[in-house]
Amino acid sequence: MGQLKLDLLQGTLDVMVLQTLHVLGPLHGYGIARRIEQVSGNEVLLNQGTIYASLVRLQQRAWINAKWGTSDNNRIAKFYSITKLGQKQLMKDTAYWQRLAGVMRRVLAMQGEGGER
Amino acid sequence: MISLRQTFNRFRAFFRTDQLDSEVKDEMAAHLEMAVEENLSRGMSAEEARRQALVRFGGVQQALERHRESRTLPWVDVLRQDLRFTFRMLRRDSGFAVVAVLILALGIGANIAVFSVVNTILLRPLPFRDPQQLVRIVEKDPKAGESSKTYTADATQDFQQQNHSFQSVSGYFAFSGPDNFKLIGNGQPTPATGLLVADGFFQTLGVEPSLGRLFRPEELVQHAQPAALLSYPFWKRRLAGDRSIVGSTINLNNSSVTVIGVLPETFDFGAVFSPGTKVDLFVPYIMDDFRDDGNDLALVARLKQGVTLAQAQSETDQLLPQLYFEHKHPEYGKGYTGQLTGLKEYVSGKLRRSLIVLWCAVGLILLIVCVNLSNLLLARAAARSKEFAMRRALGAGRARLVRQLLTESLVLAGAGAVLGLGLAFAILSYLAHQGSIGLPLLAMVRVDATVLEWTLLIAIAAAVLFAAAPGLRMSSGNLQEVLKDSGQGLSEGRKHDRLRSTLVITEIALACVLLVGAGLLLRSFLRVLDIDLGFEASHAAAISVDYDDGGNAAKRAAIWQEVTSRSLMIPGVESAGISDNLPMSRNRSWGIAAKGEQKKLNGQDFLPIFVYIVSPGYLKAMGMRLVEGRDLTWNDLANDRAVVILNQTVAHKLWPGQDPIGRTAVAGGTDAEVIGVIADVRETGAEDNPGAQMYLPGTKQWGPEGCYLVLRSKLPPTTLAASVMHTLRNMNPGQPATEFKPIQALVDHATSPRRFFVVLVGTFACLGLLLASLGIYGVISYSVTRQTQEIGIRMALGATQWWVQFDVIWKTLRLALIGVAVGIVASLLLARLIASLLFQTASSDPLTFVAMVAVLGAVALVAGYLPARRASKINPIVALRTN
Repeated sequence: MGQLKLDLLQGTLDVMVLQTLHVLGPLHGYGIARRIEQVSGNEVLLNQGTIYASLVRLQQRAWINAKWGTSDNNRIAKFYSITKLGQKQLMKDTAYWQRLAGVMRRVLAMQGEGGER
Repeated sequence: MISLRQTFNRFRAFFRTDQLDSEVKDEMAAHLEMAVEENLSRGMSAEEARRQALVRFGGVQQALERHRESRTLPWVDVLRQDLRFTFRMLRRDSGFAVVAVLILALGIGANIAVFSVVNTILLRPLPFRDPQQLVRIVEKDPKAGESSKTYTADATQDFQQQNHSFQSVSGYFAFSGPDNFKLIGNGQPTPATGLLVADGFFQTLGVEPSLGRLFRPEELVQHAQPAALLSYPFWKRRLAGDRSIVGSTINLNNSSVTVIGVLPETFDFGAVFSPGTKVDLFVPYIMDDFRDDGNDLALVARLKQGVTLAQAQSETDQLLPQLYFEHKHPEYGKGYTGQLTGLKEYVSGKLRRSLIVLWCAVGLILLIVCVNLSNLLLARAAARSKEFAMRRALGAGRARLVRQLLTESLVLAGAGAVLGLGLAFAILSYLAHQGSIGLPLLAMVRVDATVLEWTLLIAIAAAVLFAAAPGLRMSSGNLQEVLKDSGQGLSEGRKHDRLRSTLVITEIALACVLLVGAGLLLRSFLRVLDIDLGFEASHAAAISVDYDDGGNAAKRAAIWQEVTSRSLMIPGVESAGISDNLPMSRNRSWGIAAKGEQKKLNGQDFLPIFVYIVSPGYLKAMGMRLVEGRDLTWNDLANDRAVVILNQTVAHKLWPGQDPIGRTAVAGGTDAEVIGVIADVRETGAEDNPGAQMYLPGTKQWGPEGCYLVLRSKLPPTTLAASVMHTLRNMNPGQPATEFKPIQALVDHATSPRRFFVVLVGTFACLGLLLASLGIYGVISYSVTRQTQEIGIRMALGATQWWVQFDVIWKTLRLALIGVAVGIVASLLLARLIASLLFQTASSDPLTFVAMVAVLGAVALVAGYLPARRASKINPIVALRTN
C-alpha cells in the first residue's frame, strides 16, 4: 500500500501548508497534517513529523506566524497562521503549480497521441 | 533559494538551539497526544492508538533532525558538533591540550613578534605622504662620517633652485646632540632635544601638524621672531597636552620662543632618521646663520610626479659637481657628489638581510613546533586509533574524520594564536620602549591589521601542517586490523615508530640549523665585544654641561677648568675632562694636511678627519691611550696655543715612517703643532675601522659645539649623579637636569642592532633545542612504554640493566646522529647566506659547529637517559604479568 502512495515533490509540502492555513485559518501542526491527509484522500506519503521542518522553514521566511494557544479540547499547542507575505507567496505558487500542471498535462497528452498507442 | 531574511534567521536559530529544540519537542509531544486522542476516539486500544500515532508521525528523532536541518546552517551545525566533541576530547586530555597550546603559543607568539618587527622596518611604508617619492641625498663615497653625508647651506640653496627633478628639497641640521636645549619653566630648568630643520622640511615629508601650523618663510630668516614646533610626546609629557600652548611662548635657552604648533603623534623623527634618539622640538634652520659652517644639512627631497629615481640621479650627477661649497669662499672649490636613495631603503635597507634571517629563524621555530605537535598527535593517534576505527565502522566518512581532526588542530592553533598574540603584544610593547636599541622605526612597532592577518595565516598553516601526518594516518589504515589489534603488538608499532622517528630527526636537524646560526652570530658578537675600542667605556660617564661664556674663548677656558677641577674634588672621581663630542655618538669632520704638503694626498688637499675639541684630562678620563708625546695642558688653553693630538692612523698617513711630534699640521684651516699621538679610537661604531681623528684644545681658533664632562670613577654613575649635579648647579644655577650617562651606554647603543639579533636568534635556538629535546624524550619514552613487555622478556632471558639502558640510549643517539648529520649539511649550506652578517667569523667556523653538535648531543643524551633509566628499572615479573 505504501508503494502506491505519492512521494511528495520538493517544495510541494510548503505550498500545501500555506494553502491549508489560507483556507482554514490558524491551525496547529497536527491539524495541518491531518487536513492535508484528508484532502489528499490519503494519497500522499506524509510522515506527519516532516510538517515541522516545513513549518519552521515557512516561519523563517516570514510567510507564516506562530503563537501558542489552546486547542478545542483544551490542549496547549502552537497555532500557525498565514501572513500577508505568505498570501502573496501562495498566489505566486498557485499560479506556478497551475502552469506547471497545465504544461505537464499538455506534454503528456502529446505523447499519448504520437506514441505507440 | 535562500533569502537574506532566512539566512539571518538561520544564524539566529543557531544560537538558540536549546530553546528551539525544547519548543519543537513540546510541539511534537502535543501533536502525538492529539493523534492518540483521535485514535482512542475511533475505538483503538490505548496501546494501539499510541503505536499508530507514532507510525504516522514517522520517528520523533528524525523529525527533530530535519527540523534542525531546515532551521539552521548545516555546516555550522556540523562544525558545532565537531567543536563540542573537540572540547570534550581536550578536556579529557587536558595535559596534552595545555602542553600543545603552550608550545604553539611560544611558536606563534615569536612569529608574530618578529613579523611585526619585519613589517614595521621592512614592509610597511614610511608614515609619510606618498613615501615612495621621498629620497635621501648623500655623498657617493661617505668615508668621513656625517660630514660627508651633508651639504652646506649655500649648496643646498643652489640645488633647491636649480634642480628640475624634485618637488622640494629640504634638510635638517645633522650635528645636534641630545639635550642641546634647556627648557626653563617654573622649577629647575630641564633639558630638551631640539632639531634645526630647513625651510619646507615637514612639507617635503608631507607631515601636517596636529595643532597649529608649520614654519612660515618669514620665520626662517635672521632676526625673525623665534618659533618652535613641538613633538607630540614632548607636548603631552612636559606641557601636559595643553592645547592653549599653541601661540604662547616658552623659555628656551633663556630666550622666549613662540610655540606655533604640535606635530602629530605618528611623526617620530628619531625612529626614522636617527634610531634610538628622540627629538622633543623643532626650530628653524636659518640659512644665513650657517653660511660659514661647512657641511651640516642632511638632505631629504621629494621627487616630482612621474620622475624616476634614475632620472633624478642623472640630473643630480650633473648639477651637484657644479655647486660651490661656499659662495663667500669660491676658493674652497666645488665638487659635491650626490647619491639618491629611496628614504625607506636608506633607513632600513641595511637591515634587510638581518631581518630576513631573523624571519627565517622564527619560521624554523614554527616548523619545529609543528613537528613536535605532529609527534604529540601521533602518540594520541595511536591511543585513539580504535576510536576512529570504530567511528568509521559506524559509517563516518573519511572526510568527516579528517575534518574532525582538523577542527581539533584548529582549536589548538587558535588557542595558541590567541595566547601567542598576548605574548607578542608584551614583547612588542617592551621593544617599542627600548630607546637604547639603535634600529630604525622600532619605536613604531605595534600589532596592526597586517599582523593580525599574518597571525591568522600562520595559525591556520600550522594547524594544517601539524594535523596532516596524524590525520592521514588515522583516517587511512585497515579497519579490521586496528579493531582486532590489542594495542600492544609490535608489528603495528614499528611502522608508527618510523614516522615518529622521522619527525624527531627533522626536528633535530632544524634545531641544529638554528643552533649553528645562533652560534655563528654569537661568536661574531663576542668578537665585536672583544674589539679594542681605543677607550675604556666602563667606569666612565658623561654629562652635558651648560654654561654661558658670552662667546669669549678665554672665559670658556676658565669655566672648563673650574668645572673639571671642581669635579675632581668629588669623592671617588679619578679623572675628569671635557669634549664637545663623544665617540660613537654624533660626529663631525674637518680637513687636515701636513703643512706644505697639501697637494700630496691623492689629489685631495685635505684629508677628512673627525674633530674633537677637548680639555686637558679628557683623554685620560675616556681611557684613551697616549702612545707618544703629551696631553693638552690648561696652559695651552690659557695661551691659545694652536696644538693638536692625532690618532695613529692619521699620523701615519701624514708623516709615514717619521716622528710626527713637533711637526705642523693644517687642522681645520689653522696651523697647529702636533704634540701627541693616541691609539686609534673606534669612532662611528665598534665594527667600523677607525678613521682619522684629531683632538684640539678649546681655544679661540676652534669653537666647540656642546660640552660633555666626562668623569672616570669606580663608583657607579647613579651614585655619583647627585653630587655631580650639585657641583654643576653650584657653579651655574641654570644647569638643566641632564642625565649623567655611562659611556658604556654609547657602546651598547652602537652594538645594539647586533645584540638585538643575537639575543633573538639565540632565544629561538634555545627554544628549538628545548622543543627538539621534548620531541626526543616523547618518542623514546613512548617506545619504552610500549615495549615494556618486550623489555621484560629480554630481562627475564638475562639481559642486564646496563644492556637495556644502553639499548635505549643507543636508539636515542642514533636519531640524534642522523638529525645532526642532516642538520650540519643544511647548516653549511645556509650559513653561507648569513656570511655577510658575521664579523671575523667564517660561516663554516669549526668551533661553532663542534660546540653546537656537542650541545645537541648532550641534550639528546639527557632526553634519552630518562626513559632509559625507566626501562632499566622495569621489573620483568610485573611487566610480564600486566596486560
